[in-house]
Amino acid sequence: MNKLVPVPDAIARLPWGLYALLTGIACFGGVVLYSAAGGHLMPWAGMQLARFAVFLVMAEVIGRVPHQLIRAGAFPLYGAILIALILVELIGGVAGGSQRWINLGFMQLQPSEFMKVAVVLAVARFYSILPIAQTRTFTAIWPALALIGFPALLVLVQPDLGTALMISMGGVTVMFLAGLPLRLFVGTGLAGVAIVPITFSFLHEYQRNRILIFLDPESDPLGAGYHISQSKIAIGSGGLFGKGFLNGTQSHLDYLPEGHTDFVFATMAEEWGMLGGVGLIAALFILLRWGMRVAQQTEDRFARLVAAGLTTTIFLYVAINLMMVMGLAPVVGIPLPFMSYGGSSMLTVMLCIGIIRNIDRNRETLGDRWR
Amino acid sequence: MKLFGPNNTVMSLIFGKKTVTEASQSFTFGRRAFFLGGAQLAVGGLLATRMGWIAIAENEKYELLSESNRVNLTITPPRRGWIVDRKGLPLASNRTNFRVDIIPDRLQDRDRVIAELSKLLKLDPNDVDRINEDLDKAAGFQPVQVADDLSYEEYAALSVRLSEFPGVAPAQGFSRFYPAGPSVGHLIGYVGAASAEDYQKTKDPLLITPGYKTGKQGLERSLDKLLTGKPGARRVEVTAHGRIVRDLATRPDTPGRSVKLTIDAGLQEFAGRRLGEQSGSIVVMDCLTGDILTSTSMPSFDPNSFSDGISHLEWQMLSENDHVPLRNKTLAGLYPPGSTVKPMVALSFLEAGLDPDESTICTGGLRVGNRVFHCHSRRGHGTVNMHRAIEQSCDIYFYYFAQKIGMDVIAAMARRLGLGQKFDLPFPNQSYGTVPDPAWKLKKYKEEWQPYDTVNATIGQGFMLVNPTQMCVMAARLATGLDLNPHFLADGKRHEGTPLGIPLEHLTVIRNAMKDVVNGGGTGRAARVDIPNVLLAGKTGTAQVRNISSAERAGGVRGNAGLPFKLRDHALFQGFAPYDNPRYAISCILEHGGHINRMQDSPGIVGDCITFLYDPAKAMEKLAGYEKVWGGTPQERLEKQLNEFRIAKGLAAAPPDNAANASNAATPANDGEPEAPDPDQARESADAGAPADVEEPREAPSSAHPASAPAVAPLPLPEAQ
Repeated sequence: MNKLVPVPDAIARLPWGLYALLTGIACFGGVVLYSAAGGHLMPWAGMQLARFAVFLVMAEVIGRVPHQLIRAGAFPLYGAILIALILVELIGGVAGGSQRWINLGFMQLQPSEFMKVAVVLAVARFYSILPIAQTRTFTAIWPALALIGFPALLVLVQPDLGTALMISMGGVTVMFLAGLPLRLFVGTGLAGVAIVPITFSFLHEYQRNRILIFLDPESDPLGAGYHISQSKIAIGSGGLFGKGFLNGTQSHLDYLPEGHTDFVFATMAEEWGMLGGVGLIAALFILLRWGMRVAQQTEDRFARLVAAGLTTTIFLYVAINLMMVMGLAPVVGIPLPFMSYGGSSMLTVMLCIGIIRNIDRNRETLGDRWR
Repeated sequence: MKLFGPNNTVMSLIFGKKTVTEASQSFTFGRRAFFLGGAQLAVGGLLATRMGWIAIAENEKYELLSESNRVNLTITPPRRGWIVDRKGLPLASNRTNFRVDIIPDRLQDRDRVIAELSKLLKLDPNDVDRINEDLDKAAGFQPVQVADDLSYEEYAALSVRLSEFPGVAPAQGFSRFYPAGPSVGHLIGYVGAASAEDYQKTKDPLLITPGYKTGKQGLERSLDKLLTGKPGARRVEVTAHGRIVRDLATRPDTPGRSVKLTIDAGLQEFAGRRLGEQSGSIVVMDCLTGDILTSTSMPSFDPNSFSDGISHLEWQMLSENDHVPLRNKTLAGLYPPGSTVKPMVALSFLEAGLDPDESTICTGGLRVGNRVFHCHSRRGHGTVNMHRAIEQSCDIYFYYFAQKIGMDVIAAMARRLGLGQKFDLPFPNQSYGTVPDPAWKLKKYKEEWQPYDTVNATIGQGFMLVNPTQMCVMAARLATGLDLNPHFLADGKRHEGTPLGIPLEHLTVIRNAMKDVVNGGGTGRAARVDIPNVLLAGKTGTAQVRNISSAERAGGVRGNAGLPFKLRDHALFQGFAPYDNPRYAISCILEHGGHINRMQDSPGIVGDCITFLYDPAKAMEKLAGYEKVWGGTPQERLEKQLNEFRIAKGLAAAPPDNAANASNAATPANDGEPEAPDPDQARESADAGAPADVEEPREAPSSAHPASAPAVAPLPLPEAQ
């Protein structure tokens, strides 16, 4: 297998292996953005790589802060971001549109992005202070559901279905790992499946259409199905080896919408083909495997829940985005980490990596201090 | 909070009875984390598989879709083949033009754009009418022409401001050009953009290509396949927004084939102009080959203005005119042939064995059954033999002998000479007329043939109907005794007729009599031509379109001049020249000509046309004199008429009104005509509204005018069976 495959011990000794992997993925992203801009560094590739450099340093810094800071900061951070979310909702209401960010002057802060991290930290923190004996009581459930549900609802009304979904799933994953009875999850899942047809019958005509078009995008190639159709054409026409660097026609002739952000994978696949696509997926899953290994090797309750939860968050980015561009999920606007142009998502993912890295660094010394 | 107590049954149902310890929880975490990792990996595998499916298994399909996204095929309309006359002079050609179209789908703020365009391109209100009308009718994909034949300056001025006019598309192309204008209108027809129905039928993308014109009438329509070439194509790479990135490949168009006609362009135009203000037709045929040298129907429309997209107003004017400028009279007009059939009837008498010297006495009337049939000469012609009967057009001679000999003989000869015959001619709308005989009448009316039917038929009245082309064929066959057939296309072959089996001495009797109609003391002296060694032989004709009651006859038949236009007699003439060695055959029919105006009567017109064939300069000189009186060439008169019509309709507000007044004031040449024409014109147009053709049941049965305005500019002309 690949040289970069991190043997857990080797990772511990050689964090550079991880960074080489990240840099590799980010550079590949830069190359794709370079092509998407028609063979120019500006406006996307250069900016993206510069951001990556900054965020990589930031991740390393986070990796080196005392672990206690993260543990103690979990709830305050969650609270602060929740307030920001409410603020956004208020400002957005005033502005009369679906505004999702607060303009800080030097950058636009999108609180829902950070909530993906904060919700994992908060729920993990909750279970780390919950007495083990109460794991199978309601006390173990409702506070966690509140922690997840409140921000998810706020994001949902923005409306941002994708992010709301990611926040919920990140939090629920932590609940799952915390040891809540399996039957709860299975039962809820079955109930959900049962509810789908009932819900469908209650939907508005246009909402139903949207779902039907997702199931068969070719039925409306110029309307709502346009994104998915064009994305599939880009990926499909790439074939095994792709059309070659800078030779993508779907992206360069503007047939592929959002070719540098949400649909960057299609831009990449058109020029690099199936080999590029599978290579990228493999690289991203090596990263995920590293995250899960860290979680499994950590004894500390909070730390391992956080590591696994944040890894799942990264996984959700990758999975939802790729399913979307390949026509397996509706278009919900989730970017592909390291590849899609944009600061917020990269910042979030690098935050996750920094925190997992911090756990990885400290797991030897972390005792399981149940409180 | 009892509900949450450890012993609650609900609790145990939901959460199970297991007690959780630190070790068991750690174990659970390990297991579940492992499961989670596995699930993630499974999703990864699913994604990779999905990608493989799209990129490998369905690669071909998506590659095709990607190509059809990227490559746009632009069709360039093929240049249309020319139509040339027998000497190679163009009757229909192409000229480069600068054009502006509107693509209805992309048009925004229509009123503003059209207002700006009409300012920029100096469109007159007429054009604006038509554009708005076309835009209302147009399907979104079909470009609507704004203006044609722009000067380069106008074209450039528009091109630089293009960004202000979304949906406006300037283009360079070819437009059809008819140098002879109205005089070839019915013969050549015209072209126009393909209709939406045509496109729905074939889905041929060429049909909706801007600048592509298809034949709509006349030869343009029937020869459309030959004249249309193969379109050129331009493969370009385009962005999703339609911007062209680069050319990939270009294939030039293959122009359509040129078609050579048997028509003599000079004579065609002369004949058209010579018809003057009459509603009439002239057909000239080559007696050696059957080539049609001229097929003129006037008044006509200007095919150039049809090709540009005719205005509503011009269409309305043409369709309301009682001179039916929208009907091709040479093929679709049916008329009682009147006395022009007398030579043919006489020939049938000879065939039946009648001695040409046998005579009867004309007293001005003959009782047939219980009715007296009159001769046109009320005093009578006295003793009349065959020669004199033709020369003087004596009706009584024919009444008398026809009753003896019988209709079947006459009808057989009429058919041999081409009356009622269907000719295979490249025109969409033709009417073939009727040669009546007892069998026909029985079948059609379930009535027995009566002696008065025979009497009527011998003087070309009653059931007998011909079109001008058939009449010309009759003249040619009378002249040569050969089975000549009309041809419009010069296909390089020589179409010599086969003998009809008519004895030469019979023909000689007829020819000599017809010579004396013109050159002796006959009825057609006005047709005499002043060319050495060329004597025109001919026969005049007058066809009544109304019944003259006995009361009226007693009180004196009203002269044609006193009758309304629609009740006047048709004036006809058929003949050939030179009489002793026939070279040209000619027919001329003036609808409601009434023999009122000698300058514009059929014999004079025929004489001048024959003169033109031998001495064009002389004929033109004479015509120039006439046209001064008539107010210019047909083209000029058509334009003037349109202006007057506009004023009469009150449609043209100040500007064209002023222009018309100004032009009237500026041309004192018009002083000869009082200012009457305007109200006259208006009244006549109004009179000749919808019921116009009802009074003429003998003509093409379904020739009713299209009462409403045309849907798109070129609408089929009135059709006849």
